[in-house]
Amino acid sequence: MKIGIPKEIHDGERRVAATPDTARKLQKFGFQVVIESGAGAAASFPDEAYRDAGCEITSDVATVWQQDIVAKVRPPEYHPGTGQDETEMLREGATLISFLWPGQNAALLERLVARKANAIAMDAVPRISRAQKLDALSSMANIAGYRAVVEAATLFPRFFTGQITAAGKVPPAKVLIIGAGVAGLAAIGAARGMGAIVRAFDTRPAVREQVQSMGAEFLEVTLTEDGAGEGGYAKEMSPAFIKAEMELFLAQAKDVDIIITTALIPGRPAPKLLQAYHVEAMRPGSVIVDLAAEQGGNCELTQPGRVAEHNGVKIIGYTDLASRLSSTASQLYGTNIVHLLDDLGKAEKFHFDLADEVTSGALVVHDGANRWPTPKPKMTSPTEGKPAAAAATATPKKSGHGHGSKAPGSPWPLVAAGLALVGIGVGAPPSFLTHLTVFVLAIFVGWQVIWNVAPALHTPLMSVTNAISGIILIGGILQISGPPGSATTILGAAAILLATINIAGGFLVTQRMLQMFRK
Amino acid sequence: MSDSLVTVAYIAASALFILSLSGLSNQETARRGNLYGIIGMVIALVATAARPDMVGYGMLLGAIVPGAVIGAMLASRVAMTSMPELVAVLHSFVGAAAVLVGFGSYLGPEPKLSALELTIHEVEIFVGVFIGAITFTGSVVAFGKLRGTLSGKPLMLPARHLLNIGMLGGCVFLGWQFLDAGHGATAGASPAGLMPLLIMTAIASVIGVHLVAAIGGADMPVVVSMLNSYSGWAASAAGFMLSNDLLIITGALVGSSGAILSYIMCAAMNRSFISVILGGFGTDGGTPAAGGAKAPQGEVKATSAEETVEALREANSVVIIPGYGMAVAQAQHSLSEVVKILRSKGKNVRFAIHPVAGRLPGHMNVLLAEANVPYDIVLEMDEINDSFPDTDFSWVIGANDIVNPSALDDPSSPIAGMPVLECWKSARCVVMKRSMASGYAGVDNPLFYKPNTEMLFGDAKKVIDEILTKLRA
Repeated sequence: MKIGIPKEIHDGERRVAATPDTARKLQKFGFQVVIESGAGAAASFPDEAYRDAGCEITSDVATVWQQDIVAKVRPPEYHPGTGQDETEMLREGATLISFLWPGQNAALLERLVARKANAIAMDAVPRISRAQKLDALSSMANIAGYRAVVEAATLFPRFFTGQITAAGKVPPAKVLIIGAGVAGLAAIGAARGMGAIVRAFDTRPAVREQVQSMGAEFLEVTLTEDGAGEGGYAKEMSPAFIKAEMELFLAQAKDVDIIITTALIPGRPAPKLLQAYHVEAMRPGSVIVDLAAEQGGNCELTQPGRVAEHNGVKIIGYTDLASRLSSTASQLYGTNIVHLLDDLGKAEKFHFDLADEVTSGALVVHDGANRWPTPKPKMTSPTEGKPAAAAATATPKKSGHGHGSKAPGSPWPLVAAGLALVGIGVGAPPSFLTHLTVFVLAIFVGWQVIWNVAPALHTPLMSVTNAISGIILIGGILQISGPPGSATTILGAAAILLATINIAGGFLVTQRMLQMFRK
Repeated sequence: MSDSLVTVAYIAASALFILSLSGLSNQETARRGNLYGIIGMVIALVATAARPDMVGYGMLLGAIVPGAVIGAMLASRVAMTSMPELVAVLHSFVGAAAVLVGFGSYLGPEPKLSALELTIHEVEIFVGVFIGAITFTGSVVAFGKLRGTLSGKPLMLPARHLLNIGMLGGCVFLGWQFLDAGHGATAGASPAGLMPLLIMTAIASVIGVHLVAAIGGADMPVVVSMLNSYSGWAASAAGFMLSNDLLIITGALVGSSGAILSYIMCAAMNRSFISVILGGFGTDGGTPAAGGAKAPQGEVKATSAEETVEALREANSVVIIPGYGMAVAQAQHSLSEVVKILRSKGKNVRFAIHPVAGRLPGHMNVLLAEANVPYDIVLEMDEINDSFPDTDFSWVIGANDIVNPSALDDPSSPIAGMPVLECWKSARCVVMKRSMASGYAGVDNPLFYKPNTEMLFGDAKKVIDEILTKLRA
């Protein structure tokens, strides 16, 4: 089977769907790679490198599009060189692998259906852990997050890291990241690496640990509302939450130097998180990078594709951040495609298994039939992390004798206890009841107190309870005041001897153990 | 000292005991907690000794001084690995003391009580002696098993449950006879009830031996904490027979402490308390231990100390899972040195402690503390189980059943459903063991056959010393 890699024609697009390295891997899978001349030039991969990797180079666009599989980055569009739409060149029954954005590109899907093609939308790969290796959105978001920091640093007129020099002290830059998804986390890492103080905000409390593990401070509004939605994305929040959020952003805008916004909600325009008044609250020279510019922007003043300036604050609205890191982006995207073709059975067993939830989710056109919207796999958000362990503990082994099989909350033990109490109340003398009161209360106190003991201290707990159960010594003491030599006295003395061993031994060994525990 | 003063002193002592236990809720307050316990004990002792009717001071000193000396010697000499034995033997002392106090109370002068109160008093004596005797012999057997002088294998007598029920029935019958005989230390002759009481003590002793002998080595942590609980109830029973509230309170505290520990241990093994008591783990439930579980697939890869050192050098995050094997080999000190070196290189080294690792609740923590491992890197199972996927290197030292994946994925396994440390989720896993022998549960461990698992055979101490030398080089 042959794979065609066309040159990207979208304005400003520098990526390519295969690098010499990934082309080699594709050939190991049994594919032949046909690449358009100059396809990798913008990503610093010259034609010779592809030739060395064993690819076929052609300058004829149509040949590339005539292969069994065509892999590219941007959705197909009108090709000015050939005067027709790229889909027109696709062979009947061929497979197109690309970002397609099927939700927004209904017309494109129709054209693919008309060509009786198969189409895999890289952006529709389900975001489940098994599909992470072919999740191109994540690999591109990672790059965009990193590049956002680089772009900000380019326009920011100060150091990121704080320095104390002979010429004076320079404070570190403060960076606020809004949205701690893949891009946000990558931005945190890059900004931290450059020495800035980084804070991050996200509506999903579950990402707090990820944010903190990257070395940023996790900001929160006082209102609690979990923003975790489908597929690890955030959902839209309530008006009260948004108001609290806006106040938090205003307070932060006055304090930070750089804001990087990465907030996206699938299938909707990007939420407007930064209003004009937020921008005006920032110091002149500050920079905002809006990673959601293509979806309308998180900032009201963002102009997609370019840098806007408002009150001395620069607002970067580039929509090609991943493409600006063209080499790495091509390499990662190419590897995603390699993994995809691996999953699809490589060259010899190439087929679409619709029972596979990853294939089924990403295959938007199948044999000329429009499958969009494709079935969604069961999503797990970061909050539901440990199903296996939970399921395992939920099924305790039944013992063969049927013990402990009573349903929880059965009233019978309580009834029995009540009846027993009534029975004791009828029959027992008051002196006994006094002791019983003490006994029952002491059990409850013990129960409450012991549950708080740290598991690490269970051995000291046992030795200290051993020591204090030596209190039975008192029983012995009460008995030795009889006539010396009587049986009671002797037994009492023996009891005292044993109990004292316990008391001394228990307390001393506890002391020894506890002295060893140190930080 | 007047009776009221004694009572007040007892209140103070009870409060101090409660404070002592609540002090153990974390490491910072634990030492103060122990001090509270000591003060409480001294107050209780002095107050009791200063009672108006107290005369036998010579006898008191004659018993306390040697007792204290023996106790102090035991405590200062015991090795931390032998803590389970020490705890078991101390339990037996409480049990024996309860028996002695019970007999003493029966043989002593008749208290001035109404007929009904007298009956209750006798029931209290009978029950106290019964619990005390079981605790005593049970603890002695547990001590023997933990020391290794008795075999750790469960003793499986035919019809053992019937035997226990029969003995219990016999005790009830003797109790009825005992009450019938009444309390009569008249004219110096042995009271009529003494014989049933003695026979019952003998039977209860046999029950204690039989109960603990039937329990397998893997369940020892439960048994030790169960006996801890019994020793508390024995003290409480003594308090009832002597009408002493301090004894009742303390006994109840200790009793519920032991009960909670037993419960925690059972939950950690996903076994019901009753099935532990009924004994014979590994042969119950119709699944023969050997053939029932699927034989694991795959190959066992052996590795060497050199390769382990390499892996440790490369790894950024290391989780160490110690088990009883570490305690037996006394490897904790060398291990602590290894950890120190790794930490000085900036690696994230943590310990994962399964609740039933070792032979005593919290035993591993004590051993690691003894070896100067800081307690804040020693984590409980629930705290660390989620972070195995992010761990580069898991290092299992002398543990087996607590890292057995079949507990989660093989419903026919005898240990199915037991929470385990999921070390196979880390990138690489090295298991140190003396041989391929199965653990106490007698179950084969598929972990050893996983592609990312390597086995490092040998005595834990020697191998870790070797690793330490290479790591320093």
